[in-house]
Amino acid sequence: MPVYSLEIIVVCLGLLMLLIDAFANLSDKRTIGYFGVLGLLVVIGLLFSVEWGSKDAATSVFWKFYAFGDTKSLFFKGIALVSTLIVLIMSIDFAPIVMAQTADPEEGAHPQAGLGEFFALPMFACAGLMWMASANHLVSIFVSLETVTIAFYIMVAYLRRNVGSLEAGVKYLILGALSTGFLVYGMTWLYGMTGSMELPEIGKILASGEVNRTGALFAFALILVAMAFKVGAVPFHNWIPDVYQGAPTPITAFLSVASKAAGFIVFLRITALYLSSGALVGKVTVVLTVIAVLTLIVGNFVALPQTNFKRLLAYSSVAHAGFLLMAMASAPQGALKENAMSVGDVVSFYLGAYLLMTMLAFLVLSALRTSITGENVGSFAGLAKRSPFLAIAMLISMTSLAGIPLTAGFFGKLFVFKLAFDQEQWVLLAVGIIGACAGFYYYLKIAASMFLSEAPAGGTTTAIRVSPAAGIAMVFLMIAIIVVGINPTMMMNLLR
Amino acid sequence: MTILEIIVLLPILAAITIAFGAPARATSLIAAIGVAICAFVTAMPNHFNVSKEGVSNFSFQYFGETGFQGRKVFDIDGFPDISLAFGIDGISMVLMLLTAIVSLAAIWISPKEDAIKGSSKLYYICCLLIGAGAMGAFLSTDLFFLYAFHELALIPTFLMIGIFGVGANRVKTAWTITIYLGVGSLILLLGLIATMSGLNAETFDIPSLIAVARESGMEQQAQMWIYLPLLIGFGILVSLFPFHSWAPNAYADAPTPVAMLHAGVLKKFGLYGLIRVANPILPQGAEALTNLILILLVGNIIILGLVTIAQKRLDKMLGYSSVMHMGYVFLGIASGTYIGTVGAVLLMFAHGISIALLFALSGALRDRYGSLEFAKLGGLAKVIPAAGLLFGFAAFASIGLPGFTNFAAEVMVFFGAFRDFDGTFGPLQWATILALWGVVISAVYMLRAFRNIFKGELAAKLPKVSDLNWAEKLPIFLLLGTLLLTGFVPELLIKYLRPALEGLMVAVGG
Repeated sequence: MPVYSLEIIVVCLGLLMLLIDAFANLSDKRTIGYFGVLGLLVVIGLLFSVEWGSKDAATSVFWKFYAFGDTKSLFFKGIALVSTLIVLIMSIDFAPIVMAQTADPEEGAHPQAGLGEFFALPMFACAGLMWMASANHLVSIFVSLETVTIAFYIMVAYLRRNVGSLEAGVKYLILGALSTGFLVYGMTWLYGMTGSMELPEIGKILASGEVNRTGALFAFALILVAMAFKVGAVPFHNWIPDVYQGAPTPITAFLSVASKAAGFIVFLRITALYLSSGALVGKVTVVLTVIAVLTLIVGNFVALPQTNFKRLLAYSSVAHAGFLLMAMASAPQGALKENAMSVGDVVSFYLGAYLLMTMLAFLVLSALRTSITGENVGSFAGLAKRSPFLAIAMLISMTSLAGIPLTAGFFGKLFVFKLAFDQEQWVLLAVGIIGACAGFYYYLKIAASMFLSEAPAGGTTTAIRVSPAAGIAMVFLMIAIIVVGINPTMMMNLLR
Repeated sequence: MTILEIIVLLPILAAITIAFGAPARATSLIAAIGVAICAFVTAMPNHFNVSKEGVSNFSFQYFGETGFQGRKVFDIDGFPDISLAFGIDGISMVLMLLTAIVSLAAIWISPKEDAIKGSSKLYYICCLLIGAGAMGAFLSTDLFFLYAFHELALIPTFLMIGIFGVGANRVKTAWTITIYLGVGSLILLLGLIATMSGLNAETFDIPSLIAVARESGMEQQAQMWIYLPLLIGFGILVSLFPFHSWAPNAYADAPTPVAMLHAGVLKKFGLYGLIRVANPILPQGAEALTNLILILLVGNIIILGLVTIAQKRLDKMLGYSSVMHMGYVFLGIASGTYIGTVGAVLLMFAHGISIALLFALSGALRDRYGSLEFAKLGGLAKVIPAAGLLFGFAAFASIGLPGFTNFAAEVMVFFGAFRDFDGTFGPLQWATILALWGVVISAVYMLRAFRNIFKGELAAKLPKVSDLNWAEKLPIFLLLGTLLLTGFVPELLIKYLRPALEGLMVAVGG
């Protein structure tokens, strides 16, 4: 089975879910969600059985927009699928809140009207993300990116009776549209300078040096703006805290993991073209370094005083974007030693680890949301006594995000630091270390709140119920974080 | 599964079974006893080729023939090869015994489940993980896991002090120690990455790294710049002056077993790192920075010694004294001589046992009187004679009186510093002379503490208490017995150190 059939299957699954929603008279629409979960599990299984570079397709003119034989794209498809799977599991638990915030005053409507789409939309976004992972052509990058973004516009503003969600939706829409404009304009310049839309071709032309440097750099700057917006790099990160806070929790998780991962693979693809060009690499590295330093500083330090957990995770996601940019700014030039990790490997590994730990944090948060009002860090007080399982899950997620050894997050940071060290990026290293120190504080603050503070008097002390699917997902993620933290080969093998 | 893997993994497995509902205290004790038995089996002489000069090499196949070689559990390819591998030589043998003994005593002396406020499971899991972290760090032959195992203790320490600590400031103290040690580890990590990059090494295996370093002939200047972050990183973890301020409060506010484990065992990790990693790989870097180390260690001994005298509470005084004594170990390492380094490792063992003993006793006093202020205590020898007697022994050990291991170790450290003395006083000799005054300082504060608490008039308004019970006495006897045994026969430990350090000193060239 060729690789691209995976995306087709996911789109069909999404369409099928919409059809079931419209025509099958379900009493409980959460069944659609479970259907989606099962479908995605099958697709994840298929991921391991796809044929790699089916030769006919790779050489045919039609499939030129698609990268074949690139293991990294398969890894990113995996990230998209797993995060969509977990998002669906979260969404099923989140359904009561969605219903409460979208309830239709009309009489006679289905009590769960509007819930089916909430499960179907992530599927379409997922298909877009998977395609983005293989996009090899400017137009295909643009179309897949828009498929994802438009699905997100709807999902972010899904809670239409909730002002916060609507505010987040509007902000995301306006800034997203603006960044799309920059992207298209940048692509036009790139096409104008090189005369090609295909990335390999563009790479060859840029590397040959027979190109107007100013024009090519201008194109890079424009694309950089758009990509910095997608991955949440400073100074284009302003939307992140508000949108993360306002969006429904499962969608926030989706945004912070899948959308960021997809943004990074496109960013990486386009940047790689410039990094392989001897004439342009110096300037591009400087720009990336400046952005990485800013992102590390702002992300880590603004996270320190945050009290709302979703905002804290938003700044943490900015901070992690900083570490990823640090890796990209330290791209080794020239041939790699055998077995050494390329920038692509490091970034992919980091994002894989980031998926595990961030999704775990959001799973716990959405489980808590059903019984704890408010998302303030203080409202987790005494959780360790009330629900030890959730507290331990959160603790593992936080230690990994903070980058403490024997967790997946540590290896992510270690690889980045090593790369920066080899390239003698001293400023970046210093800022990265300081940022990681700050991370110790704000991530452990969550743990401190759960373990060291007493629950407010008079609150309920009954254990919080966790749905079986979410429980299984949490256990899986916890084990994965620790196993990858002890032996990262498991994840590296998926990259090769 | 080799015996070393059992020693490291047994406490971790025990922690997991407790999380799944096994009885906390019983499981922990079984694991600690199991570890101690395995450790002693490993140390039995029939596993070594004992020749006239002592133990020459280890005959267990996985101990390696020339000393510190590990048996791999698994490999991590790619980023310079990392492998989880455990191995042992004389230095790690001594520290393994220290960890096993102190962990056993710490878990033994922990309160019964129903006496713990809060989750007793969490209490014992954290204790086990702290011990396992130290043990893993001492037995890993891979630089990466040496570092990672030490970090295993970080979060449990945070939780233990924050939840089960004593005093109103415990949460603040928990934060201080965690952030301080976290920063120290990150600086250390930077140093380790610098080592890897500087050597252009393909592996994290410590013996191979030393071999690569010997061949590479890195310049002194480069070595110094790599040694500096290692020194600061390890220094923060050992509470080297002026990076010591986390330690006294942390030990004062920590629950008894954590104070014992941290001051007794975990803090030795930084010293172990210097002896095992930094000095053999970067001998010239160490040489270039010797004077800096000497100044800092005199700070440890003299300045912090005087600060110790000024303390008004027993637990804080012990915290400062434990920081102060690290200066002697640094002196032994900085001397660069064979005898000084043997003394340093022996002192790590002696200090670990004696400070654990002191914290165990001060914890027992705190449980009884609720306060450890010298002003509020007095004349207790009449009320609790056994505690008084044992505290006296512990205090004498800490001062370094003959008959205790501390004496043998400190004498070797001082002799080591004067070994190459040729009539001209260099910085090393001056530092040693100043350090000798430290012995006087320790005598002053220890004896004063003993007199204030146990001698004189019985203080007024003290609650009626009973003397030490057997659950407290036995672990204390264990620690004291170890100190006396190795104090009278230090050869018991030195025979392990001799071959290991001879090999290492060749690497250092000293």
